[in-house]
Amino acid sequence: MSAETAAPDRAAPVREEAAQALDRRTRAHARVHTARALGLLAAVGVLVLCMGLSVSVGAKPIPLGTVWDALFANDGSYDHSVIVELRIPRAVLGVFVGAALGLSGALMQGLTRNPLAEPGILGINSGAAAAVVAAIYVFGLTSPNAYVWFAFLGAAAASAAVYALGSRGRSQATPVRLALAGTAVAAVLQGLVYTVIVLDDFVFDRIRFWQVGSLVGRDLELFSRIWPFLVAGVVIALLLGPALNTVALGDDLAAALGARINRTRLLAAVAIVLMCGAATATAGPIWFVGLTVPHVARTITGPDQRWLLPYSAVLAAILLTAADTLGRVVLPNGELEVGIITALVGAPVFIALVRRKRMAQL
Amino acid sequence: MTATTPRTAPTADGSVRPGRPVRFGGVSFLLRPRTAVVLGALVAAIAAVFAALLMLGEYEISLPRVAAALAGTGERLDLFFVRDVRLPRAWVAVLVGASLGVAGAVFQSLSRNPLGSPDIIGFTGGAATGAVLTILVLGGSMLQVSLGAVVGGVATAGLVYLLAMRGGVQGYRLILVGIGINAMLVSVRDYLITRADLTEAKAAQVWMIGSLNARGWGEVVAVAVCMAVLLPPLLAMGPRLRLMEMGDQTAHALGVPVQRTQALALLAASALTGAAIAVAGPISFIALAAPQLARRLLRSDGTTLFGSALMGALLLTAADLVAQHAVGEARLPVGAVTAVIGGSYLVWLLYREWRTGRA
Repeated sequence: MSAETAAPDRAAPVREEAAQALDRRTRAHARVHTARALGLLAAVGVLVLCMGLSVSVGAKPIPLGTVWDALFANDGSYDHSVIVELRIPRAVLGVFVGAALGLSGALMQGLTRNPLAEPGILGINSGAAAAVVAAIYVFGLTSPNAYVWFAFLGAAAASAAVYALGSRGRSQATPVRLALAGTAVAAVLQGLVYTVIVLDDFVFDRIRFWQVGSLVGRDLELFSRIWPFLVAGVVIALLLGPALNTVALGDDLAAALGARINRTRLLAAVAIVLMCGAATATAGPIWFVGLTVPHVARTITGPDQRWLLPYSAVLAAILLTAADTLGRVVLPNGELEVGIITALVGAPVFIALVRRKRMAQL
Repeated sequence: MTATTPRTAPTADGSVRPGRPVRFGGVSFLLRPRTAVVLGALVAAIAAVFAALLMLGEYEISLPRVAAALAGTGERLDLFFVRDVRLPRAWVAVLVGASLGVAGAVFQSLSRNPLGSPDIIGFTGGAATGAVLTILVLGGSMLQVSLGAVVGGVATAGLVYLLAMRGGVQGYRLILVGIGINAMLVSVRDYLITRADLTEAKAAQVWMIGSLNARGWGEVVAVAVCMAVLLPPLLAMGPRLRLMEMGDQTAHALGVPVQRTQALALLAASALTGAAIAVAGPISFIALAAPQLARRLLRSDGTTLFGSALMGALLLTAADLVAQHAVGEARLPVGAVTAVIGGSYLVWLLYREWRTGRA
């Protein structure tokens, strides 16, 4: 009898310990999520600060107080109309384009499990450029509002071609394969672009300004056309977080767990094309935002796509808005386009990533 | 090779390929019927394209009259067009194509990678940026532009090589660092081109694409001298390069001075590329495609420098023919044609090799 009562007594501390451990894990988990949520909130705060700077800094500095007045007590003065008609649309556009690029970079890297996947490297920029050249040369379209659809189509076609070429064969698409497939497809498209711009000075004069990614002179009308695509892409991307977490386990395991891999891939591809197409059509090709920001975000969040995606979006928006603002003050007169600043800042980060002994495995 | 060399040479896949050893004094090599036939066909094709380059144009000249003009007789107009305009341009195409073909073969052999080429390691992008800087910022002459291109190319290639070096240079790291550096250079070029006026920007752009328009005897002499200096040592290094393709250690065991050969070959190939770019601009993809095509045509196991030279010359002369006459009266820069053709070729190469599971 004594033996029967002794047994549960011996087991009780073990059970209690297990319960405590579970409790500790749950609480630690909750703490991590709370910390990440707070971090995201802080990042959003920084983004709002950057937007404020972006609105007040420029060829004519406008104090933040005047910015406030322009928003809530607009008296129609020159400063107020500059803010409402030029600077605020530009800041909003910067946020959207940046978020779209960061998100699509994170999506591509998650989807291909490839740390070097990026809209520019996957040929999206050259596809959009070739389509824009075709729009100007063949159809005589001249305003960004008109050729935004061509940029969309070109980006979609080129990225599909590069991904198909890079993921052929028995094994997965490796970083080098995708990069080389992108190089090859981009070369063909670039050759076609060369041919046209040599034949036609008018096209050359347009395209040389388009192919430097920039937020200058993009008006509200253009934004009113593309925002539904951007928002649709962003929403799809953010909802895909849990599904991407499963895909990251590997195709076989994910399938065994009941994940619908092909549906996830298709949705992610749709989101990437929507976001990259819209961003590139609006601002022109902007390199390296989509590549570097997810890596920075990953150092904060770890591999959890549910947090990685929103962090990438917010950090990329900060980067683009800050780079755009920096471009306005870095030259004594005139502006440095945001695409140039992001390439000059992003490429060294890319090279540092490549030089690391083990590249981040996804 | 000694007197006991067998009359047939075994190949990598174990099959036996017919070949006959030939000796000239201290030099001996295998003569294969296929090699002779393919090289002969390449020479014939180059000759045919060369003749077409001399005949065609806004002022067409028949073949007998071309021959007469070359011999120094014939009408004055024929003499002018054939000897002063078309002949130097055709020679530049042949020589630049051959230089790029050989340089590409050396780069691919050293990196043991079909994609190792001056395009990919950033040499070409650096040269373009150097030239655009010289044209748009310094307003340099043709000669200074060439110099700027060579300096830019060498500096960039060196930078990429240094950045990719970390416990030895790995192929993929070299390529990816090249892509990163290239993106920075592109953004610098884009910046310069948006800040220049349209005419200058266009001139810089055409130079960047690579063009043979208005090239004369001065350019022919420049490339020919560079080739005369650089080609013989490179061709002499050919057998060693093929041994090194078996792996550095094997080559070392066979008595090849690996480090020295590598450095010398890289230097000579870079100089050859630099000379070609200085004369014609950074013409893309000849260096990438010519060695691969030559190797496939010759069914050779290793790099064939001579075949690559002929193939490069054929590709560039043919591309120039297309560039001059494909789109009406407009004279395309030849680099636009080689980018489309070469890029398509690369797509096909990747498609085929990855389908069969080789990477």
